[in-house]
Amino acid sequence: MDFEYLFELLCSGVVKGSIYALIALGYTMVYGIIQLINFAHGEVYMIGAFVAFIVTGVLTLSGHSGLTVLLLAALAAVIYAAAYGYTLEKIAYRPLRNAPRLSPLISAIGASIFLMNFVQLVQTPDFLPFPELISDFDFMEPISRYLSSVDLIILIVTTVTMIALTVLIKYTRTGKAMRATQQDMIMARLSGINVDRVISATFIIGSVLAAIAGVLIASRTGQINSAIGFTAGLKAFTAAVLGGIGNIPGAVLGGLVLGIAETLGAGYISSAYEDVFAFGLLVLILTLRPSGLLGKAVKQKV
Amino acid sequence: MAATKGEKLLEVSGLSMDFGGLRAIDNIGFELFAGEIVALIGPNGAGKTTVFNCITGIYEPTMGDVTIHPPGGTCRRINGMKPNSITSLGMARTFQNIRLFPAMTVLENVMIGRHCRTGSTIIDAILSSRRSRREEKETVDKSYRLLQKVGLADVADEFSRNLSYGAQRRLEIARALATDPFLLLLDEPAAGMNPQETHELDELIVRIRAEEQVAILLIEHDMKLVMNISDRIYVMEYGKEIAQGTPREIKENPKVIEAYLGEEVHA
Amino acid sequence: MAHFKRSLGIGLWFMFLTLPLMVVRVNTISREVEWRWYNLAWAGLCAFVIAWFWQFSIERRTARRAQVAANPHPAVEKLSLVQRLADDPVLSRRLLAVAAVVAIIFPWLVSTGQNFYHVNVMVSALIFVVLGLGLNITVGLAGLLDLGYIAFFAVGAYTYALLSKNFDLGFWTCLPLGGLMSMLFGVILGFPILRLRGDYLAIVTLGFASITKIVLENWDTLFGGAAGIANIPRPEFFGMALDSRQKSVYTYYIVLALVAVTIFVTNRLKNSRAGRAWMALREDEIASVAMGVDMARTKLSAYALGAFWAGLVGVVFAAHNNFINPDSFTFMDSAMILAMVVLGGMGSILGVIIAALALKLLPEYLRAFAEYRMLVFGAVMVLMMIFRPQGLINNMRRKYEYDTAQGGKDNGGN
Repeated sequence: MDFEYLFELLCSGVVKGSIYALIALGYTMVYGIIQLINFAHGEVYMIGAFVAFIVTGVLTLSGHSGLTVLLLAALAAVIYAAAYGYTLEKIAYRPLRNAPRLSPLISAIGASIFLMNFVQLVQTPDFLPFPELISDFDFMEPISRYLSSVDLIILIVTTVTMIALTVLIKYTRTGKAMRATQQDMIMARLSGINVDRVISATFIIGSVLAAIAGVLIASRTGQINSAIGFTAGLKAFTAAVLGGIGNIPGAVLGGLVLGIAETLGAGYISSAYEDVFAFGLLVLILTLRPSGLLGKAVKQKV
Repeated sequence: MAATKGEKLLEVSGLSMDFGGLRAIDNIGFELFAGEIVALIGPNGAGKTTVFNCITGIYEPTMGDVTIHPPGGTCRRINGMKPNSITSLGMARTFQNIRLFPAMTVLENVMIGRHCRTGSTIIDAILSSRRSRREEKETVDKSYRLLQKVGLADVADEFSRNLSYGAQRRLEIARALATDPFLLLLDEPAAGMNPQETHELDELIVRIRAEEQVAILLIEHDMKLVMNISDRIYVMEYGKEIAQGTPREIKENPKVIEAYLGEEVHA
Repeated sequence: MAHFKRSLGIGLWFMFLTLPLMVVRVNTISREVEWRWYNLAWAGLCAFVIAWFWQFSIERRTARRAQVAANPHPAVEKLSLVQRLADDPVLSRRLLAVAAVVAIIFPWLVSTGQNFYHVNVMVSALIFVVLGLGLNITVGLAGLLDLGYIAFFAVGAYTYALLSKNFDLGFWTCLPLGGLMSMLFGVILGFPILRLRGDYLAIVTLGFASITKIVLENWDTLFGGAAGIANIPRPEFFGMALDSRQKSVYTYYIVLALVAVTIFVTNRLKNSRAGRAWMALREDEIASVAMGVDMARTKLSAYALGAFWAGLVGVVFAAHNNFINPDSFTFMDSAMILAMVVLGGMGSILGVIIAALALKLLPEYLRAFAEYRMLVFGAVMVLMMIFRPQGLINNMRRKYEYDTAQGGKDNGGN
């Protein structure tokens, strides 16, 4: 057995998985609070990537380059993704807070289709090349076979983001309010928490994470188009379910497991069927253990 | 279906149910005989509804036995059976937090109860076979008769979501009766009813026992209703059984009075 | 005034939201930036107008709900025109007869000699009517949100293409086989996943459809890969040779008959033991099983039956097009069929037919609309859920006939 090849795949799987985990966090946080699969979450991620693309495009063509461009683009992506996530919740989900369970889900699917086609119409349905903004670091040269410079940045950024998220949820007022709302929305409201604001905050945080993921993936794969949100969203959702939906460490674990499984499958069996492994894993996990790896089985209240 | 009076219908022993690390009910045992109305009472959170859920197959109990003796049938242990199989064996229930089919008419709600007593397939329905036509007619007739019995015949074609609270509770009873049960489990049938409605319900339950030949197991907070119609009462607190006996015995039981301290024991 | 201010604010907010996406377009090949400032004005204006309407609609919705809550038994229920028509048996029967006659003579009205474009368009539209009605069984009646419905359509289409290519089987042999094959797929897939909660089911069916498409694209030796399968024979007509116009007209009648059969079957099922059980499960699963409905079997039957129609019409699709490839079976197609069911009103046969015809024919004849088609569908799904979840046409419940004299309160029945 070729261990070097295996190690290469594992590294690539972890990088991929950590990005899935970032997107999965958005699904899991929203689901934890309002039990809704935010189907349009992948679209928010795609919009983040597009805004980053546009900002970099404008800046590079006017002669700027390097790290400043990347930071500005990432900042714009984060702001816009947050704005879209916030607006999306206000329009498509808030009026359906007390509706039958399928209604907000169908609304979410509609919103997803709308956003995807909106971007396709006002921008382009074609693939666009995403500029290389992260130059190769010299000290990465010896191990570049396993981990490129972009990969290193991805790992650092995702780790920092996740630590920040943990701190936010554990120690801040908003975080505490979010946890309270997740446990019992009615009790949270009775104890003076503005539940609407908490839900908005959740969407904003989730969207920010998605936008970061969007910029990272775009700089890794080097191209974007209006349909990337769909597949990435579906996979991130798989990751969230894999780890146990509603469970934040679970989303991270699920993302990593999915990333590794997918790369191994693609590396050893066939790369054309990469997506099949992801969805196959989803079907398998939902059939055998619907509560996910870290989730607790919840008894439905009668 | 008719059971001779005094024949044992349901036996529960050593029943326990854990949720995670929490023991919701602990070592509950009781039995129920043909023709009886038995009440299960206790403060909120005592685990009464959980007992119902264990008996009707919504939950699988952690420990213990639930055995039923259908009149004229063989006795069976039903732990872990699917709810619909238990219903076909002859136990039917209502729900504390009304669970009707809101977008179906009142009559259709009752007709669902006939589902397990009929057998027309999809093919029958498409071809409108003789069997399907016969069963449809029987289903409609029987369901309508049950609506008359609970006093809802004049709203048979309304959507069930348009009914008042009390009427919805009576509709749940009619729907449960449509499954031809020998044992009817009522989960707080008087909750949310005004005194007049409660009084009518009191009569309805007694009448149902006589006319439909069902035994009734009842969870209820309205002590007047419970004391009026029950033959025997079991009292639960914090998942444990603390007393049993006739209404008179229960009323005088010091443990029960203590458990209900703060809550009034009427009548 | 408050409305005006809020709408103004919302307009400005949307100008901010759409600023990068609608205004800037970076052309990476010519390395130019295109600035489309006029779009910003449009976005602001549209958002302002929509926000205005939106606020009125939400207020009306709240008021209506409050009214219903205050008085659950309105003495005179407001009925829409369509509903009053449908409640009148004589009139509705006449309308039905007229519709049937128009449908039957349609090919002779619109096609002359070599021009049979309209017939072909109608065949495609009717195929989607059948798909809509099929999905209506699964989603509308049984409440199982299937986002991968198009996969069953693909199974039917590929069944016919492969059987005719490899075993020389004819259309009429393959028609039932395609349906059965889809149904088999439905059962195999449905068995493990139907016990999942509604929203998980949606995602798994979506994943299943994606898998199907990937397999079709990559298994070149069997399915022809991305290029698909060509030269699929048209339906045969007692061994007679038909010219291409006759073939189209013939296919039109086949699919029209299929529509009729679907309507007939759905109508029978809606008011049957099985149909009521589906609806009960849709409304409340726990109450249904407690009333003796076998959840697994009932769900599986709805799922498999929905799959059956998709497979059946998939065969017709393959025969009509002569050629199939995986591009005809994307998520957007599944979404479009779902939009038909949502727009038409879940469970309502007439509603789904109207919605399917509208959604399929409008883009065909209004080319300007075609571009914005999916955008509009997405928006429609959101708006319908918020303002009219019951769809354009309410699903009407049949009133059963019963003998009011029988039994009764006083003599106690039995």
